Amino acid sequence: MTMPTNTVEKTKVTPLDDRPDWTFDLLDQYQQEIARVADYYRLDTYTNQIEVITAEQMMDAYASVGMPIGYSHWTFGKKFIQTEQNYKRGQMGLAYEIVINSSPCISYLMEENTMTMQALVMAHACYGHNSFFKGNYLFKSWTDASSIIDYLLFAKNYIAECEQKYGISEVESTLDACHALMNHGVDRYKRPQKISLDEELKRQSERAEYLQSQVNALWRTVPQKEKKESETKYRFPKEPQENILYFIEKNAPLLKPWQREIVRIVRKISQYFYPQKQTQVMNEGWACFWHYTILNHLYDEGLVTDKFMLEFLHSHTNVVAQPEYNSKFYSGINPYALGFNMFIDIRRICENPTEEDKEYFPEIAGSNWLDTIHFAMENFKDESFISQYLSPKLIRDFKLFHIHDDSDNNYVEIGAIHNAQGYKKVRENLANQYNLSNIEVNIQVVDANIDGDRALTLRYTPHNDIELGNTKDEVLKHLHYLWHFDVKIIQETKSGEDKVIASCPQKKKDD
Amino acid sequence: MANFIDRRLNSKNKSTVNRQRFLRRYKNQIKKSVSDAINQRGVTDIHSGENIVIPKRDLSEPVFHQGDGGIKDRVHPGNDQFSTGDQIPRPPKQQGQGAGQGDASDSGEGEDEFTFSISKEEYLDLLFEDLELPNLEKNQLDKLIEYKTVRSGYCAEGMPSNIDIVKSLQGSIARRIAMTSSKRRKLKELEQQLTALNEDKHDNIQKKRSLISEIEALKNKIAKVPFIDTFDLRFRNYAKQAVPTSKAVMFCLMDVSGSMDQATKEMAKRFYILLYLFLSRTYKNIDVVYIRHHTQAKEVDEQEFFYSQETGGTIASSALELMNDIITERYSDNQWNIYGAQASDGDNWADDSPRCQAILEQQILPKSRYFSYIEITQRAHQTLWKHYQQVEQSTDNFAMQHIKSVEDIYPVFRELFKKSTQSSAA
Repeated sequence: MTMPTNTVEKTKVTPLDDRPDWTFDLLDQYQQEIARVADYYRLDTYTNQIEVITAEQMMDAYASVGMPIGYSHWTFGKKFIQTEQNYKRGQMGLAYEIVINSSPCISYLMEENTMTMQALVMAHACYGHNSFFKGNYLFKSWTDASSIIDYLLFAKNYIAECEQKYGISEVESTLDACHALMNHGVDRYKRPQKISLDEELKRQSERAEYLQSQVNALWRTVPQKEKKESETKYRFPKEPQENILYFIEKNAPLLKPWQREIVRIVRKISQYFYPQKQTQVMNEGWACFWHYTILNHLYDEGLVTDKFMLEFLHSHTNVVAQPEYNSKFYSGINPYALGFNMFIDIRRICENPTEEDKEYFPEIAGSNWLDTIHFAMENFKDESFISQYLSPKLIRDFKLFHIHDDSDNNYVEIGAIHNAQGYKKVRENLANQYNLSNIEVNIQVVDANIDGDRALTLRYTPHNDIELGNTKDEVLKHLHYLWHFDVKIIQETKSGEDKVIASCPQKKKDD
Repeated sequence: MANFIDRRLNSKNKSTVNRQRFLRRYKNQIKKSVSDAINQRGVTDIHSGENIVIPKRDLSEPVFHQGDGGIKDRVHPGNDQFSTGDQIPRPPKQQGQGAGQGDASDSGEGEDEFTFSISKEEYLDLLFEDLELPNLEKNQLDKLIEYKTVRSGYCAEGMPSNIDIVKSLQGSIARRIAMTSSKRRKLKELEQQLTALNEDKHDNIQKKRSLISEIEALKNKIAKVPFIDTFDLRFRNYAKQAVPTSKAVMFCLMDVSGSMDQATKEMAKRFYILLYLFLSRTYKNIDVVYIRHHTQAKEVDEQEFFYSQETGGTIASSALELMNDIITERYSDNQWNIYGAQASDGDNWADDSPRCQAILEQQILPKSRYFSYIEITQRAHQTLWKHYQQVEQSTDNFAMQHIKSVEDIYPVFRELFKKSTQSSAA
C-alpha cells in the first residue's frame, strides 16, 4: 500500500495518544485534526453531531433502516430480531458506523470501537459521507437535510395517533400495502418538492379534506351526454403514471383521509432514500477515499503513530477487499472496493497519467486532482460515474469480465474481458448494472376506468424480456387493499397483444 | 465543527414496540410453536423462555421484482480463464441475481426457517392468553389476612435501635442554630466594639475589661447549648400493611390403578404442568399436594406420584376424602386458595361414584376456588363421568373435560380455563 504522494513537511510534532481506549477528550482532539485536514481538502460539510452508542443501540439503528426516528411497525421488529440473532451467533459483525443524511449530520460511533476505529469512522462518516450528502446533485435536489428529522418525527407521531384512533391492525395493513409498493413511490423523472415541516403541518388537515372532496367529485356520476361513437374513450390517467403511491394517494376512491396521509409518508420516505440507492458506489467510495487520504495526511504530519496506521490499514484493507467471482465470499461487486479504487484512480490519472489515460481521459489527465474529484462527486450518480471514469487500468486490476446470459440459449457467453476490445463494453455493462431503471421493474398505472367498474390497470414493460417476478400476485393484493376495486397487470406479448399477467381478485383462467 | 453526544445511557430497547408488533402479527404461528414446546418441558421448568420457529416464507414482504427469463448482462471481477466469446454451460440457478435487491439486511440465503427466542414472560403470556383464573376476583379482596411491615416516615419516640442518625443530627443542627442565633448576633456586635476600642488611641481599660467579660459570658452561654438533646431524636417508624394472600395449594389427584398405563399418566402429568404454570402466574407460593389412589388414597411425592406402578381396583372417593382431610388439617380455606385437579381413566367402582359426587358437592367444592376433572380414555364414559356431569350442572367452580390423546391436552386446558363470557353467578 503506497502512501499518498503529496509531501507534507514532517515536522517535530507530538503525535496524538494512540492507546486503544478512547475518551471524549481524545475523540475531540482527533476530530479537530481531521476537521482541519478535511478543510484543507475543501470538504464542505453539515455540522456534525456525533453520537456514541452501544452495540444494542446500533442494532436498533439497523432495524430502523437508518431512520433515527422510525414509526412503529412489525417489519422493524423482524429486522431487529434478525440482526440480533446474526450478531449473537457471530455470523455478522456490526457496522462500525451509521450516518444519516440530515443537518446537522448525525453519525453513530459504537462504544466498543477502539480509538483508531473511532478516528477512521469520523473521517469516513463525518467528513466523507457528510460532504457527499451536502455536495452531490441528487441529494441536493431530492432531499432536504434540514427538515428530514422533523418530518420523521411528524410521521412517527402521526402514525401513532392513527393507531390510537383507528386501531393498530388497520394502520398495519395500510403500512404493509404501502411498503409493498414503496419502490414505486418515487418520482424518477420529476424533481420533488422539498419537504417542509411547517407547511406539512399547516396543510395536512386541509389537504386531507380537500383530497377527499376531490376524489368524490371525480367519481360522481355526472349525467352524461350521449357520446358520439367515434369519440375516443376518455382515459384516466391521461398519461401513464410511474409513481404508483402518488397515484393512489391522489386518486384511490375509497381511501380514508388518514390512509392517504400514511401513503404520503411512506412515499416521502421512499423519495428520501432514493438518492442513496443510486449513489452507493460513489458514496462509499468517496467516504473510503477520504478516510484513507485524511488519515494518511495526519500520518505524514506525524500526528498519528505507526501503531495507529497499522490498525487502521488492517481495517481499511478488509473494507475495500474485492473477492473474485469464484471465491466463496463473493457476493457481487463490493461497492466500497469499486468506489474507493475509482477515486484513487482518478487522482492517479490527474497526477501521473499514462499514455492510455491521456487517450481515454483527455480532459482530466494532468488536471488538478482535487478539482476533478470534487467535480466527479458533485455531478454524477453510480451509473454515469462508472461510464465516465472507469479506466482500463482499473478494469485490468479488477480483471472484470462480462457475462451475457440469454435464457433462449442453454449456455452463457463471455461478452467481453479486460482487453483493449473489451474495455468499453465492460464499462458500459457495469454502468448499466447500477442503472436503477434496469434493476427495478417498470410498472406504470395506465388506466383507472373511472366510467366503468373502476378497475385499475397497470402495465409491465419488461427490460430485456425479463419476466415479472412471482411475488406479483402478493403485491397486487396489497394494491387492491388500497384501491378497493379490481386491479390487474398487463404485459404486451410478442405478437403485440396485451395479456393480463396478474389480477386481484384472481380471475378464472378463461376470462 | 462537531458536537459529541453520549447516548449510551439512553433508554435501551428502542425496538421493543416493534418487537411487540412483530409478536402480535405472527401470534398464530408463535402460539403453535409455544404449544408444541409445552410437551417437551419438565414440571418445574418455568423459568426459561422458548425458541420460536416460523417458516421464513410466512415472513416475507413482497415487492415487485424481476423474475426469470430474458437477457441478463452481468459484470464480475477476477477473470482467470475466460476469453471473449467463450460459451459456458449455464451454472445452476443462483439466488438473488438481479432481483429483489430492495432489502439488503434480509439476505439470509438458504434459510427456510426463522428462529428466535422469546423471554419467559412473553412465553407465559402467549401460553395463557385468553385464560383467567376461575373465581379469582370473587374472594380475593375479602381475604386480607397477611400483614407486611412497611416503613412509614419518622416519629419522635421509639426504640434506640431505630434511631435515624441523619434525621436526628439535622434536628440537632437546627435546634442549635435556633437557640444561639441572638447570642451570636450580640457577640458579633461586642467583638466589633472591642476591635473599635483597640484601635482607639485612648486606653479604655475599664470599658475593654467589661466588654471582654461580657464576651466571655456570651461564649460560655453558647457553649452550654447541648450538642444533642432528646428533643432532636428521630426514630424510623414502621406500620403494618395488609396484603392479599398469595398462597395457593394445588391438589393433584390421580388414579394409579392397574388400568392407568404410563402413557395415560404422562398425559395427566402435562395437564398438571400446565395448571402449575398457570397458578404460578398469580400466586407467589404454591403448595402442591399429590394424592394417588387405587382402592386406597395416599399422599406421595412427585416422583412416586408419576412413576410408581400400582395394581388393583379403583375407589375414587378415597382420594377425595383424603383431600378433604388434608384441607381441614393443613390448608384452612380462609388462608389458602385451594385448587383441585383430578385425572382418571374413568374406571371406578360403580357404587362409589354417587359418594364421590356427594363429597365434592358438600365438602370440597364450597372450600375450593376451582376443581377440574379430566378423563383420559379411549372408551365410553362410565358412572363417574355421569355423576360428575350432575356436579358440573349444579356448581360453577367445577369443570370437566375428556381427553383422548396428547394433542388434546392443550386445547382442553384452554377450554377448562377460558375466560368466561358471562359474569359469574355469585
